Amino acid sequence: MNKQNNNNKRTLFEFEKPLLELYDKLDELGAVAASSEMNMSEEIRLMEKRIESVRRDIFAKLSPIQIVQVARHMQRPTTLDYVNYIFDDFVELHGDRNFSDDPAMVAGLAELNGRPIVIIGQQKGKNTKDNITRNFGMANPEGYRKALRVMRIAERYERPIVSFIDTPGAYPGIGAEERGQAEAIAKNLREMSELTVPFVSIVTGEGGSGGALGIGMGNRVLMLEFSIYSVISPEGCASILFRDAKRANDAAIAMKITAPDLLKLEVIDEIIREPAGGAHNSAEKAASFIKFAIIKNLEPLLLLSHRELIADRYNKFRKMGIFKEE
Amino acid sequence: MSIHDWFKRKKETQYPAYARERLDIPGNLWVKCYKCNEAIFARDLEANLKVCPKCNYHFKLSSAERIEQILDAKSFKVINSHIKSTDFLNFVDSKSYTQRIESTLLKSALSDAINTGTGKIEGYDVAIGAMDFSFMGGSMGSVVGEKIARLIELAIEKKFPVIIFSSSGGARMQEGIMSLMQMAKTSAALGRLRENRLPYISVLTDPTTGGTSASYAMLGDINIAEPGALICFAGPRVIEQTIRQKLPPGFQRSEYLLEHGMLDLVCQRDKMKETLTKLLKWFSRQEVGIPKQ
Repeated sequence: MNKQNNNNKRTLFEFEKPLLELYDKLDELGAVAASSEMNMSEEIRLMEKRIESVRRDIFAKLSPIQIVQVARHMQRPTTLDYVNYIFDDFVELHGDRNFSDDPAMVAGLAELNGRPIVIIGQQKGKNTKDNITRNFGMANPEGYRKALRVMRIAERYERPIVSFIDTPGAYPGIGAEERGQAEAIAKNLREMSELTVPFVSIVTGEGGSGGALGIGMGNRVLMLEFSIYSVISPEGCASILFRDAKRANDAAIAMKITAPDLLKLEVIDEIIREPAGGAHNSAEKAASFIKFAIIKNLEPLLLLSHRELIADRYNKFRKMGIFKEE
Repeated sequence: MSIHDWFKRKKETQYPAYARERLDIPGNLWVKCYKCNEAIFARDLEANLKVCPKCNYHFKLSSAERIEQILDAKSFKVINSHIKSTDFLNFVDSKSYTQRIESTLLKSALSDAINTGTGKIEGYDVAIGAMDFSFMGGSMGSVVGEKIARLIELAIEKKFPVIIFSSSGGARMQEGIMSLMQMAKTSAALGRLRENRLPYISVLTDPTTGGTSASYAMLGDINIAEPGALICFAGPRVIEQTIRQKLPPGFQRSEYLLEHGMLDLVCQRDKMKETLTKLLKWFSRQEVGIPKQ
């Protein structure tokens, strides 16, 4: 626990600054305990508890743009981190069989508590070099086509699908346009709506627009507590509508991109809570919460027939939209 | 440098007309083409289906003009024009979304960015949608999504083919995530249409971008575009900012998409009805086997 706290200290958010003082006190206590014979364990335990509760208070009151920061945290667990903790016998599959393999999108076969399952998800990097390989989790058309290819395998063998969404968006590049980014996403949307197997989607970090939705049409859509899901990035919205990219804060508030807001709008079905201070404080704990949520949401879906699964998904997305009839 | 260079027209900007000027042809007698800057007699332009006779620039059409050009006279029956946008997020940027909707409704006499209904093309029944770029950039919000979904469901019920003329900047940001979900909704509805073996012809007109191209606009059994239309997922400015390079000429225009396999046809406006008719005829044939001559 101590070791981890020291680690957190180095990566504190601006809004976590009230914790600094407490961490200093904790370090002092530790130093005293180490240099003297006094037993400080009770004091240390209380201080840790205090930090935990202050952190909880801070995170309970985060503004949307602060949640954006948590969702984009460099140490936030990635899809492959979660896959590692949640599933067994993972075999990653590569390539769209048309053009190339897209490292920004991972897909594969695995077991969940001994049951075969199919996994897809965007993959961000852990550091700058890794991020360049992974294109910061921004998939090209071949990524979406790989995902669809693997979803088809799931369908043929009647395996449930779990998708992990964490992307700033589909990649806006010359090659992506040439190879049909729009078509790749559009086709995924249509095909996902007709999948005959249970499908659960989880927004784990950034749910960036069409790039996120392109693997996100689950029968159930879940969201981690400090993730975001939006039609355009707050910065993008700010520069277009507010004509000032610096007004990302206003845009983030206006667009309603946080998990509680999206639950209210019935765009998502459930919020998965995160360990104190965000998933990056304990990938393992976050993974265990996600695992619990996957199983809970898959279970009722496993009882549905092909036809019922398609109808369930169709009705879910069909009723989305708010308008008035005059 | 030759003296002629002094008189050359300045390099065309690569951004589409909508970024620069008003779309509507003003009541004046003469109209300046957005592309070649040629002065055109307004009545000639109308007679030429709003295509520049000099440079073939296809001016944007309103949904009403589109329907008039494509459908048999008086065959159009509008549906769902009573569905209206609402500011459910209380979204305020420089103006509130409520104000935006109201001022657009006042200006345009449109109900939203798409007009849907049924009609006939050379006698063939169709369910048809035509978008209005002039209504908030043809952006797709809940109303556009709902009207398209209902159009498709009506087509399934009546066994009509679906034709949608797109002209849209993408999702309507003022509706937040709900605009994104319209992509899922419309694509799912098209999946059902397909299951029912009913054809969908998507006609992409200038511009068709973002969430619109990444959903129903690209899902046609047949994808047709008007010449020179901007069709893309990410707009040219976004890409330039991302990769910090100049884009190749003609990038993301209809002809470029045709070359890259995204479209079946690029079709001149004056051939559009004829082309649609041929396709509708082909799709509607019931006969089996090849007769001996």
